[in-house]
Amino acid sequence: MDEILEVLEKDARATPEEIAKMLKKKTQGIKEAIKKYEKDGVILKYKAVINKELIKDADASVRALIEVNITPQKDVGFDKIAERIYSFPEVASCYLISGTYDLLLIVEGKDLHTVARFVAEKLAPLENVKGTTTHFLLKKYKEDGVILKHREENKRIAISY
Amino acid sequence: MKDIISKKVQDMQPSGIRQFFDLVLGMKEVISLGVGEPDFVTPWQIREAGIFSLEEGFTSYTSNKGLYKLRLSISRYLKNRYGLEYCPDEEILITVGASEGLDLALRAIINPGDKILIPTPGYVSYGPLTELAGGIPIYINTRDSGFKLTPKLIAEGVEKKTKAIILNYPNNPTGVSYTKKELEELKKVILKHKLLCISDEIYGDLTYDFEHTPFPTLSGAKEHTIYLNGFSKAYAMTGWRVGFACATKEIIAAMTKIHQYTIMCVPITSQMAACEALVSGRKSVEEMKREYKRRREFVLERLNAIGLECRKPQGAFYAFVSVKNTKLKSLEFAKELLKEQKVAVVPGVAFGSEFNDYIRISYASSMENLKEALSRIEIFIK
Repeated sequence: MDEILEVLEKDARATPEEIAKMLKKKTQGIKEAIKKYEKDGVILKYKAVINKELIKDADASVRALIEVNITPQKDVGFDKIAERIYSFPEVASCYLISGTYDLLLIVEGKDLHTVARFVAEKLAPLENVKGTTTHFLLKKYKEDGVILKHREENKRIAISY
Repeated sequence: MKDIISKKVQDMQPSGIRQFFDLVLGMKEVISLGVGEPDFVTPWQIREAGIFSLEEGFTSYTSNKGLYKLRLSISRYLKNRYGLEYCPDEEILITVGASEGLDLALRAIINPGDKILIPTPGYVSYGPLTELAGGIPIYINTRDSGFKLTPKLIAEGVEKKTKAIILNYPNNPTGVSYTKKELEELKKVILKHKLLCISDEIYGDLTYDFEHTPFPTLSGAKEHTIYLNGFSKAYAMTGWRVGFACATKEIIAAMTKIHQYTIMCVPITSQMAACEALVSGRKSVEEMKREYKRRREFVLERLNAIGLECRKPQGAFYAFVSVKNTKLKSLEFAKELLKEQKVAVVPGVAFGSEFNDYIRISYASSMENLKEALSRIEIFIK
């Protein structure tokens, strides 16, 4: 992987100037490379990783993994029905997967009821949805490579040869 | 009461530095660029191997030389990576970090009055360990040659009873290293004067601008080298205390004699973890190396912008920075910087009294810390 991406993946706020210094390249070149990555969809967006468990009034404090069985449609297969489903704002992620069911959704809501209502009123009634299984997440340990824990205290002694 | 402590020990250690270290350790919320170890924790798979070995009940002594499995892995690793052949039975000794290897090497070879060449600035233990072993350190100041040893400097340092030279590359505190060509030149003069070379290559894996060349890989050098290395720096395993020494079987046998009476063996947990490091740790080493390299570039660029002069380090994770312009002595500079801006660095005087116009900055610290610390140094200087 390009080192520019390695730096940005660790810290999306690293500026082109800083990256240029780290990689000993021209700032302009870094800017252009980043622009190209953005254009090509390699870099999709820049965001903070938030530990929502620590926020009391988060809109998305409850998460559920929902397995969905669907009947594929002629010509478009799963894509059309997947689009109908992932267009709901409650759906944070949507994957087509192999195995005993077809779509795996990650759905967010502010409480159990919101998620339950989404499943009962929006998802299950869809024509091609044959069945759903909902798993509520109890605790997040690690997400997208980030371990969700308070910053650890420094374990090194402060000065040494 | 004072007479209880041996004269040799009383004479060790410049006290000003110790006081400064205590000052740093007693202060809170300091950003430290004064640390001589990686800021990464040991990669998980290595830690896990240590834990697993405890679960399995591996809590005993190992053979004095260390687990055969580890010596074999080291032997294979050196062969594959550098084409360097050491027999795991007789030519490799597992030590408590490269530090113990150094101590054993010196004690194994020094007769009273033997002289050991030590380039400065250099790691703090070379001189004191030489003296403890009954030798006489002959310091070679590399200041005028860009902190690099030259054949001429070595030749000038050689006197009667000069027995060995300690090489350390990449160097702590300057980060200076040598290309194969430069090493060939050094080797010629070292062999010519029949010196033994104690080559401390603990930072070898952290070489950024060219391939690291172990001294014993140079033709004709192996028989005259004690090669010291370890897991601390490259694998972020400082606290495990595991290193190794490679040399001829006569030298390793002599070092093992001392080792068996003083240390017995390196803790088995650490040895087991080190085995895993050689199996699965390379990827982590490369990742950490890339990160250090980026930090190096960033730090150098910032130092330049601030107006502090520093030669480009080619390895390790240190920058040896001149503070001559500030008109402050290194210890003063470090103390004032600590008081005013809460940034800790190591005063150059720690690495030799001639380097009182330098400080050592360690970039084994997060990018976030480095940015903040350098901004504070900039404010301090203005």
